[in-house]
Amino acid sequence: MMGAEFVPLSLPPMLIGTFAAIACALPGNFLLLRRQALIGDAISHVVLPGIVAAFLLTGMVSTWPMMLGAMAAAVLAVLLIETIRRLGKIEPGAAMGVIFTSMFAGGVLLLEMTDTSAVHLDVQHALYGNLESLIWLDATGWSSLLDPDALRYLPAELPRMAITLVVVALFIAAIWRPLKISTFDEGFARTLGIPTGLIGMALVTVAAVAAVAAFDAVGSIIVIAMFICPPAAARMMTNRLERQIGWSVVFATISAVLGYVLAGYGPLWLGAQDAVSAAGMIATVSGLILGITALAGPCRTRSGAPEGA
Amino acid sequence: MLELATADGRVPADDARKDSPLAVRGLTVSYGEKPAVFSVDMTVPKGSMTAIIGPNGAGKSTMLKAVLGIVKPLSGQVEVFGCPLADQRARIAYVPQRASVDWDFPTRVIDVVLMGLYREVGLLGRLRGAHVDRARSCLDRVGMAAFADRQIGQLSGGQQQRVFLARALAQDADLYLLDEPFAGVDAATEKAIIAVLKSLKSEGKTVVAVHHDLATVRDYFDHVFLINVRRIAEGPVDEAFTAETLQEAYGGRLASTQVDQLSAVLA
Repeated sequence: MMGAEFVPLSLPPMLIGTFAAIACALPGNFLLLRRQALIGDAISHVVLPGIVAAFLLTGMVSTWPMMLGAMAAAVLAVLLIETIRRLGKIEPGAAMGVIFTSMFAGGVLLLEMTDTSAVHLDVQHALYGNLESLIWLDATGWSSLLDPDALRYLPAELPRMAITLVVVALFIAAIWRPLKISTFDEGFARTLGIPTGLIGMALVTVAAVAAVAAFDAVGSIIVIAMFICPPAAARMMTNRLERQIGWSVVFATISAVLGYVLAGYGPLWLGAQDAVSAAGMIATVSGLILGITALAGPCRTRSGAPEGA
Repeated sequence: MLELATADGRVPADDARKDSPLAVRGLTVSYGEKPAVFSVDMTVPKGSMTAIIGPNGAGKSTMLKAVLGIVKPLSGQVEVFGCPLADQRARIAYVPQRASVDWDFPTRVIDVVLMGLYREVGLLGRLRGAHVDRARSCLDRVGMAAFADRQIGQLSGGQQQRVFLARALAQDADLYLLDEPFAGVDAATEKAIIAVLKSLKSEGKTVVAVHHDLATVRDYFDHVFLINVRRIAEGPVDEAFTAETLQEAYGGRLASTQVDQLSAVLA
């Protein structure tokens, strides 16, 4: 592929997609083991009232206020979910269901009760994101990666997603040991003096931050898929958490890169004219990887499953 | 200080409580409206092997969890070696009920045992060869050294219980608290576990276990604590584990086969 075309048009969306996929897959590993993986779905709903509230407060349709509003709503939602789960002693799925439906409904009401003619809520954009539009027109080739003038005009999503990924990775590395122990055996973790409630809250908060950043850059389909598919596929490749994390990063990367390439060129190879949505293809690839590992992964039998099943 | 008499009118001497690895006073725990544990006092003698006994739903596990700070009590004080629990965590090892965790968790036997070294290794400290060697020797003590690299889901129930015990051994504590360590394990495992617990006692450690098999109480333990929401009796097995106290703890809930078994044991 020629650098002159690849660097401005394909490199930024590929990198953004990959960073977003990994940033969601990393906490997804723990959420999956804690039976909280649907939190990505919950977050994609609860950001609506946050976005509307941010618009009402600032009167602007611009990225930062909306992202902060979404972030605030997502963090509020995960804290409420954790609180309800602990106080009500109910399973996480039920707590999520209660919170994300009521917050989403609140967002719809808020939107209806206010003058919405000025707000154009683009459903298409929210679902599929706009990965293909994240291009870098100032780049002329590989050399632009070293050119400060060109680098200034990188799509803002790229550094934002890269920073998010670094924050998520550092967080997990920093609390790896207590996070692992409290995910496996919460009661035992507490007797060691590990603040398990705080760790659970921190994990869902970091997941919310990753989800909102990725949501803005690549749409909610990728967020929901990446929280679940790469970690679930990784679980079938290994019986060790450390390696599961590694596999989930590999699968997230393959999904993002392969999905982007297939979306852009796949239809052309098949003789069609137009490309398909990259976000949709990335999510599809991650689902296919999950399917393949479920059929052929070395560690796919659960000990809880009946013999011979 | 005002001294409250316990249920049977006996007031444990202050010295006994100060010396005790685990002294509980006025412990009340509630999950809903009805208390699961009500105003319970307990003084575990140093170097004893104490069984916590009572019918299903009597609050045995709840009491252990409250003592360890896993569930929050409504009221009551817990002193571990005469100090608040928070200062003494390093001296306590805990073996939860086997069914309380997901054994499909992606981890190996040796990794579970290494979790027992968390307080020593710390948040970011490096696991060294010496740590792994110690974890292996703990596995060896429960007869599980050959399984170190297995995934935990591949173990039988008894083997899983032994791994949990090995993790507690790695904690190198002075007080061992076990929740139903013999529940659903094979005979060989039961033998292995009781041998380890007895060797802990001979090293001067204190062992407290929630226990459900009345027939083995006399063989395995030297002290008992009978509970049915309230404290029923507590003391050396010969004094506190009697037909009267059992009748009081279990009420009409002892099946006739259990009564037969017991009269054989108590005779």
